Amino acid sequence: MIPTSFEYHAPDSIEAALDLIDRYGDDCKILSGGHSLIPLLKLRLASPAAVIDIGRIGDLGHIRADGSTLRIGALATHAAIGRSDVVSTSCPLLVHTARLIGDQQVRNRGTIGGSLTHADPAADWPAAMLALEATIKVRSRSGERTINAADFFIDAMTSAVQPGEIVTEIIVPIPAQPAAASYFKVRHSASGFAVIGVAVQLKVENGAGADVRIGVTGLSPRPFRAKTAEALLKGQPLDEKTITAGAAKADAEATDTMEDIYASGEYRRHLTRVHAKRALRKAAGLDK
Amino acid sequence: MTTNGKNGKYVGQPVKRTEDPRLIQGLGHYVDDIKLADQLSVAFLRSPYAHARISSINVDAARSAPGVVGVFTGADIDGRVGFVPCAAALPGLKVPRYPVLAIGKVIFVGQPIAAVVAVNQYAARDAVDLIEVDYDPLDVVIDPVRGAAPESPVIHEEFGTNVAFNHQAGLGDVDAAFAQADRIVKQRMNHQRLAPISIEPRGVLASYLPGEQQLTLWTSTQIPHLARTQIAVMLGMPENKLRLIAPEVGGGFGSKLNIYAEEALLGFISMQLNRPVKWIETRRENFAATIHGRAQVGDVELAVKNDGTILGLRYDVTADLGAYHQLLTPAIPTLTGLMLSGSYKIPAISMTCKGVFTNKMSTDAYRGAGRPEATYVLERIVDIAAQELGLDPVEVRRKNFPRPDEFPFATATGLLYDSGNYEAALDKALGLVDYDGLRREQQSARQNGRLLGIGLSTYVEICALGPSAAMPAGGWESATVRVEPTGKVTVLTGASPHGQGQETSFAQITADMLGVDMNDVLVLHGDTSIVQYGIGTFGSRATAVGGTAIVLAIEKVIAKAKHIAAHLLATSPEEIVFENGKFSGTPLDKQASIQEVALAAHLASNLPPDTEPGLSATHFFEPKNFTFPFGTHVCVVEVDKDTGDIKILRYVAVDDCGKVINPLLVDGQVHGGIAQGLGQALFEEVVYDESGQLITGTLMDYTVPKAQQLPRYETDRTETPTDVNPLGVKGVGEAGTIGSTPAVVNAVIDALRPYGARHIDMPLRPEKTWRIINGQ
Repeated sequence: MIPTSFEYHAPDSIEAALDLIDRYGDDCKILSGGHSLIPLLKLRLASPAAVIDIGRIGDLGHIRADGSTLRIGALATHAAIGRSDVVSTSCPLLVHTARLIGDQQVRNRGTIGGSLTHADPAADWPAAMLALEATIKVRSRSGERTINAADFFIDAMTSAVQPGEIVTEIIVPIPAQPAAASYFKVRHSASGFAVIGVAVQLKVENGAGADVRIGVTGLSPRPFRAKTAEALLKGQPLDEKTITAGAAKADAEATDTMEDIYASGEYRRHLTRVHAKRALRKAAGLDK
Repeated sequence: MTTNGKNGKYVGQPVKRTEDPRLIQGLGHYVDDIKLADQLSVAFLRSPYAHARISSINVDAARSAPGVVGVFTGADIDGRVGFVPCAAALPGLKVPRYPVLAIGKVIFVGQPIAAVVAVNQYAARDAVDLIEVDYDPLDVVIDPVRGAAPESPVIHEEFGTNVAFNHQAGLGDVDAAFAQADRIVKQRMNHQRLAPISIEPRGVLASYLPGEQQLTLWTSTQIPHLARTQIAVMLGMPENKLRLIAPEVGGGFGSKLNIYAEEALLGFISMQLNRPVKWIETRRENFAATIHGRAQVGDVELAVKNDGTILGLRYDVTADLGAYHQLLTPAIPTLTGLMLSGSYKIPAISMTCKGVFTNKMSTDAYRGAGRPEATYVLERIVDIAAQELGLDPVEVRRKNFPRPDEFPFATATGLLYDSGNYEAALDKALGLVDYDGLRREQQSARQNGRLLGIGLSTYVEICALGPSAAMPAGGWESATVRVEPTGKVTVLTGASPHGQGQETSFAQITADMLGVDMNDVLVLHGDTSIVQYGIGTFGSRATAVGGTAIVLAIEKVIAKAKHIAAHLLATSPEEIVFENGKFSGTPLDKQASIQEVALAAHLASNLPPDTEPGLSATHFFEPKNFTFPFGTHVCVVEVDKDTGDIKILRYVAVDDCGKVINPLLVDGQVHGGIAQGLGQALFEEVVYDESGQLITGTLMDYTVPKAQQLPRYETDRTETPTDVNPLGVKGVGEAGTIGSTPAVVNAVIDALRPYGARHIDMPLRPEKTWRIINGQ
């Protein structure tokens, strides 16, 4: 890697990190796992005056259940989430998602906070964040605030994190039926990113969808909740027929689609519908 | 003695690679691992435009940037460094002048414009950003077919056309063959542009000693001697004052069978500054400025009878050459023409090929180099013909094979196939895969709505390149075998292995022939000051041609040693028997070991009269023909009806590369070759957009298949030796790449037959198969 020169800081507390961010303003980048930032530096698409490595800040990598919520520190790696017993019990959708991210090396280094802040439209986490109605906690020198996942993803490569803010924690309400969940993705053959990804979290009562949440990533510049599909399924028996009808609308909220040499927008819409059906079937227990 | 077809203590055995302990421990030395005192770093400013005039270059700011020692542009090398050479010769070939730094104009994205030399790579790279260039963009030529049209913008104005050559090949009365045909089967096929992607990109370290007037160049190349000659000419220096070293080379796949602008330029810069200078290619540079492969689009027509007999073949192809000729650019499509008979008796063949300049990186040899294109065209069109005729693709192939007793077999492309038993390899593969059972399984799968496909490829390829008369720069190979005073054996090979494992296989051959321990044999290569002139490693030639040179050099060593042994044992050379490292005289209890003879040869106090001291010999082996390995690959796929995803269920490869020296090395070559062939079939494609920007310039965009994207290979062999060389070996470096691509595509098309599929151009991205399923 031959980036432009930059100052490197490794603060050992959030406060020290926030001071540094304040000092450099827009001319710094925060380094977490580095899997988004390092390529940008390498290609000189980013040339910040300073890189602030938050990796040495203690207690930002925690994963713990706290009553009805699961709290995950921003520095928790994808691998740590993927193998966590607490997450596996309380919110397996996060385990399914974590294990499909990139490859083992990426999972070992990449962090959930870094991935969310970067807001790559092909990232995996947004689908689960939306389906779980997670909130993202951020800190700045002026204090702390939480942002609902639904408001967090603004556009491709743009999250609601403002200059001067650092993501510190992801707070996930533990679903009523944790296991009624699944994540399906189509992996880009080169990058492993999600061409599309569909996360489903259900609450099933008497065979019907008491709560149906579908998060979609990859299809459009902004990940979204497939509300039309959810509405078709809510209160309905989760059988082959309704799932097929609901999944057929999984792309309805996408007004704009991503497109590249690997997959056109039309094909991505189709894949979203196919994998929404597969994800719904699995979450509803129709697949043995 | 180890000759034709015989196994020994080492030959034929699965001996582990002696190269690997140092490589897997990170102890090998690639160019970047070699560090000289006072070395400087070089970084390049490369063209962001595919086609533009350069109206001005201002390097003042770069020159005065911190740490910068020098900046070089086209003006500095004009008339002082020769042009990048092209060794291919075709009648009427247009050869543009290819300066090592752009002069007045750039014609592809990534073309070097300026070189910045600085105390480290960071300073050099930072200063590159300070160079100001004014460009006047010109219209670009991206599509070679449109580029050949008279109304196209022209890249090299001096020619007034983008057509570099028109080539015709083939023999037999093609028009008559087509007139007699029951059916003519036609298809347009595209061979997409590929990037070779060696794990180690290119890299050069140049060190000029002004007192001795000697330049040493470490470069990641497959052809150290040829590169020395060409670069010495480019630099206007005596060839014997240029020492060129190919240290560990981390893969080449043909991309390092070349002479690159950067190699000569680094030498020039070192001579200007009298300091060592190093450049290590980045992966983005590797995508943009190292040669690409394939890039042909053509129309194939097959004349057949209703029973499947092939009467004739026509192939009309346009080759996308890229911006300039690299070393062999125009020669690659001609290899396609040579191999158009494949494994079939085709009485009449014609190929017309138009080579066209485009505003892209040059194409050149990439693993297979022209042969995969021929194999693909033929194996696809045979499948399409079988489909149209309602015949089993196996039977159409079988019907047209030359029989074993028809070898040597002369093709209508002018080749003489040395040996073969195509049906044996086919039958073995069909047995392994249970072809009949698979067809039944496919029937029932189709009834259940599952899309199962079976594809095969019965390829033949051309290896052991080759007789010098057919090669642009000599086709022989050299070896020196030296038995040292202590009995250790040093082998100097002119071949330049770069991952294939010949340090191991050549030691196996040598140890068996001399009856010594393999660990006593050292194989040296890649350094022009140590090794006698050689040609290099490419075209699956190193073992067949270079290994043979070793065999013949050892025979000379043994003959001389017998002479000395006879003297020591007080008998005549004719009485001497050499076996297992021992020379035995009459009576048989009188023995001398090869080590004892070697010592005597060096002490030289008790040698027969008129005998030179020392025990070494050199041989330059000129092959009398190419070799023609062959085989059958069978691929079984299932296509997901909902998504178009392709899953390879089984992959069976039966390859015949003649005598096998080391089955582990052969399997390694087959596995890697298949991976690259599957890569082409399913994943890989270099894409330039309409303005000539490279949009697959990183490994995040360009898919090199990873382990989890590849199937388990079921490999087996038949072994049909050749009499072209005394080892009986044919070569195996490219077989997997050549044989696999059509097997995969044929399988996918077979799976999609219920939807009337006939052909899909590679790579078979799932969206393409989904569109077929969707009737689009």
